[in-house]
Amino acid sequence: MSAVQMTSRRGWGSNRDLRGWSFVAPFLAVFALVFLAPIVYALYLSLYREQAFFGGKTFVGIDNYVDVFTDGKFWDGALRVLLFLLVQVPIMLGLALTAALAIDSGRLSGARMFRLVIFLPYAVPGVVAVLMWGYMYGTSFGLAGDLNDLLGTALRPLGGDWILASIGNIVTWEFVGYNMLIFYSALRTVPEDLYEAAALDGAGPLRTVLSIKIPALRGAIVIATIFSIIGSFQLFNEPNILRNLVPNVINTNYTPNMYAYNLSFGGQQYNYSATVAIVMGLLTAVIAYVVQLRGSREAL
Amino acid sequence: MTVSAQKAADRGNRTRAQAGGRTTRTTSPLRPGRSRLLTGLMVLYLVYTLIPLVWLVISTTKTQPDLLSTPGLAPGHSFALFANIKETLTYRDGIFLRWFANTLLYVVVGAGGATLLATAAGYGLAKYKFPGRRAVFAVVLGATAIPPTALAVPTFLMFSGMGLTNTVWAIIVPSLVSPFGLYLMWVYAAEAVPQELLEAARIDGASEFRIFWTVALRLLAPGIVTVLLFAVVSTWNNYFLPLIMLSKPNLYPLTVGLTQWSNQAHGAGADPVYNLVVTGALLTIIPLIVVFFLLQRFWQSGLSAGSVKQ
Amino acid sequence: MKIGHRRRFRRVGLILAALTASTLVLAGCGGSGGGNGSASGDGGDKASPQALDAALKKGGKIIYWTWTPSAEAQVKAFMDEYPNVKVDLVNAGTGNDHYTKLQNAIKAGSGAPDVAQIEYQALPQYALPGALVDLRKYGLDSLESDYTPSTWRAVHVGDGLYGLPQDSGPMAMFYNKEVFDKYKLEVPKTWDEYTATAKKLHAADPTKWITNDSGDPGFTTSMIWQAGGKPFTTDGKKVTINLGDAGTKKWTSVWSPLVEQGLVSQIPGWSDEWFKGLGDGTIATMIYGAWMPGVFESSVPEGAGKWRVAPMPTYDGQPATAENGGSTESVLKQSKNPALAAAFVRWLNNGNGIKPFLEKGGFPATVKDLNDPAFINKKDPYFGDQAVNQVLVGTASTVVPGWSYLPFELYANTIYGDTAGKAYQAKSDLNAGLQAWQDALVKYGNEQGFEVNK
Repeated sequence: MSAVQMTSRRGWGSNRDLRGWSFVAPFLAVFALVFLAPIVYALYLSLYREQAFFGGKTFVGIDNYVDVFTDGKFWDGALRVLLFLLVQVPIMLGLALTAALAIDSGRLSGARMFRLVIFLPYAVPGVVAVLMWGYMYGTSFGLAGDLNDLLGTALRPLGGDWILASIGNIVTWEFVGYNMLIFYSALRTVPEDLYEAAALDGAGPLRTVLSIKIPALRGAIVIATIFSIIGSFQLFNEPNILRNLVPNVINTNYTPNMYAYNLSFGGQQYNYSATVAIVMGLLTAVIAYVVQLRGSREAL
Repeated sequence: MTVSAQKAADRGNRTRAQAGGRTTRTTSPLRPGRSRLLTGLMVLYLVYTLIPLVWLVISTTKTQPDLLSTPGLAPGHSFALFANIKETLTYRDGIFLRWFANTLLYVVVGAGGATLLATAAGYGLAKYKFPGRRAVFAVVLGATAIPPTALAVPTFLMFSGMGLTNTVWAIIVPSLVSPFGLYLMWVYAAEAVPQELLEAARIDGASEFRIFWTVALRLLAPGIVTVLLFAVVSTWNNYFLPLIMLSKPNLYPLTVGLTQWSNQAHGAGADPVYNLVVTGALLTIIPLIVVFFLLQRFWQSGLSAGSVKQ
Repeated sequence: MKIGHRRRFRRVGLILAALTASTLVLAGCGGSGGGNGSASGDGGDKASPQALDAALKKGGKIIYWTWTPSAEAQVKAFMDEYPNVKVDLVNAGTGNDHYTKLQNAIKAGSGAPDVAQIEYQALPQYALPGALVDLRKYGLDSLESDYTPSTWRAVHVGDGLYGLPQDSGPMAMFYNKEVFDKYKLEVPKTWDEYTATAKKLHAADPTKWITNDSGDPGFTTSMIWQAGGKPFTTDGKKVTINLGDAGTKKWTSVWSPLVEQGLVSQIPGWSDEWFKGLGDGTIATMIYGAWMPGVFESSVPEGAGKWRVAPMPTYDGQPATAENGGSTESVLKQSKNPALAAAFVRWLNNGNGIKPFLEKGGFPATVKDLNDPAFINKKDPYFGDQAVNQVLVGTASTVVPGWSYLPFELYANTIYGDTAGKAYQAKSDLNAGLQAWQDALVKYGNEQGFEVNK
């Protein structure tokens, strides 16, 4: 037992550990200002009702919350993002995982170039990406129209049936590279000799992937999933910009985030908007937490 | 770290990243040859990734009328790239350059600050076992679950009360918080900074801050670069809060400015400048690509520790 | 050890509590910044027209938010004429972007400009909660005879005067002569003729439509206006909404069949597909306000020479039209120099500011400019040298009187797509769609303190 360890047991430990707070404090201070204070204010707003034109704040307690839970427009949006999440997140993470494994495998020519190019869409500002894809989805003058003319298909990416998938496509395009990079970096930490040992044991490439790489990625997959879930529940940019093109299909409540935004900035219903946001935030947090629990359990 | 990886580290083996992260390999049972099938599949994905960007580049070579009259991936009637660039940079007394400068400011201070804060906080979480540290991360993560668009009005009212709206601080201060950066640095610091090193420095009598500054930072460098990269992208592309906070166009970042140009096409005073929007978009993307390219080597060894952390 | 522990927690707790307390305080102070003041102007200080001239002489600085293309030229001319005054011109966005920022600033109690451009349909939304200055106190209501009746009515909310009209938008029909000639179509004078033309065109060439309408609330309200409908009435807090009145039904009896039979294109207005469609003949007519020539000239170069203008079709062949679009400039109560701001508005829309505005293609609201022979007889090369203003000015005098917008028209327009939009999408009965819109609007109005349909 080293002298250092003996000293720490004698009580220096907690004092020094408390100094950890001073490293975390600057971050937390700004965090409190930028996140916690607005959330507290939003909670405060959600307990009141104020009329947009005549003023007069009244305390309504949980009435706003009851309204949200019985609001068809809210659930319409919430179920939509849930569906979106269940389909888009696995596809996106699956593609990212495959790309990361492919680039890491050494069997790809020009892996570095692939890594850079696949990451590029993340560098494109969200608004620009949606404008680009929105243009391409046009059936009169966009690429979809060109394809229809060429192949005789009847693609209508912005039509009611396909619009959610089209949005999913944009989001996937934007974020595969980002998730790929997370997975790739995690893969890079696996020690060489594990691969050597596996090869000596006669493991083929597939076995290597399943038994070494995937387990090493467990934590990265969990955190990427959590961030993707949060992102999906907060879906806003893509449908909001496309709304200009198809206002009848993409309503003001298409996603809960859009609903909250339009309540605030369209209808000046700040209190109800805050309530929607908090309810949505709680739902998201609960689901993210559940994912985190399941993820950590499997890691053992 | 997984049990096996831990064992490997104990045995003093280097991870592939620590070995310099070369991706070029010679063939061996451990390093099979190139697979054409895999390359082919990946090329398909590459095409998918590149098509919108190719469309963007082609569009920047067209004039405004051409944009409306020629198909997306076909060239225009004239090559107008340089004319477009010139017009983008001089339109409305060169406000684009002003937006560019603003974005640089926001990124340098915002992303730089975010990295600093996240590094310190991540280090603190990883290396000090103080009570409540798990709660810290849970709270941070939980707060990001609340949709930011709905927090926009409370944040706006707060900042307005403090006199900060329509100032650069309205953009910079919110961008100083990077929950993802916090997570990355927490995980990385737990791996890359051995406890023994810290103990040794403490025996020598160094203060905690001194240890952080001289010992830990050097070890954390690759992780810091990765967090910086993500923070740079995030602040460069920051759109929503600046839109709410700013009404003076000469404080806009590029994203908000370009969107304003794009919306000019609407309504009674319509003045569409799509050619400037696409050219501006391209000019906005290029600096980020350059930054990635230059920092490529850091990608390899960045995040080289801790894929799994519970 | 334990003591240090507690001390740290207390410190963090105190900081968090302070933050919470301060945000609550701010909420109390800044919160309902717009919720006071009546709509019928404040009789308070006795300002006068002389006050405006005095303010101009004294000078000062004002901030002006607008997106009109002529603003730069106007502001420059103003500052040349009055060197003591500095005008800070800010383009805070187009349409809803601008309104969002304005609304935020009003709610926060600071950050709003001195003068802001506000479209006619949006004016009540700002005037009613008391965010605008009633310009009667500067005697500007004496300028009534300078303007057309419909625009003068448009700048009033209740009895209060909240701006001077900048432009007007009497509707006319712009048609693509090249397409009409190609398919041997007659220029329709009645809606029945219009419907027949629509069928003939689309049958002859399924890739072309008589016009586009994917659900534009501004267009819908203007069309109901032309048909003589008066679906919205406001009297203080009492509001009635009846989107099933005679005028509305008149319009839907013509327009709903067009939608149901797919005779109007679903290309959304103001999209790049729309600009292309105007240029290449996909869209054969456009029924919009008199500011449309400016849009054609700057944004549809491919259509040069192909388009002409005619009065819009009517139900009985007698001339009638409605206004579509148009804005005023208003003075915000937050302004620290309202007299100077009002003087600027007077200069803009009743003084030397009109000339630069017209030069940039604006369509005037002032009677004098509308009757100016040079203006009327100007030949427009884009429209094949037609003297378009002859038609446009002619229609300006046939605007159906008595129209009002809702006090929350901006909001109403944002939910049009949610409600009535379904009908366009499903190509079903517009009346049902309008009823859905009405139901949503009644609910909103009652929630916000109005008494709607009660």
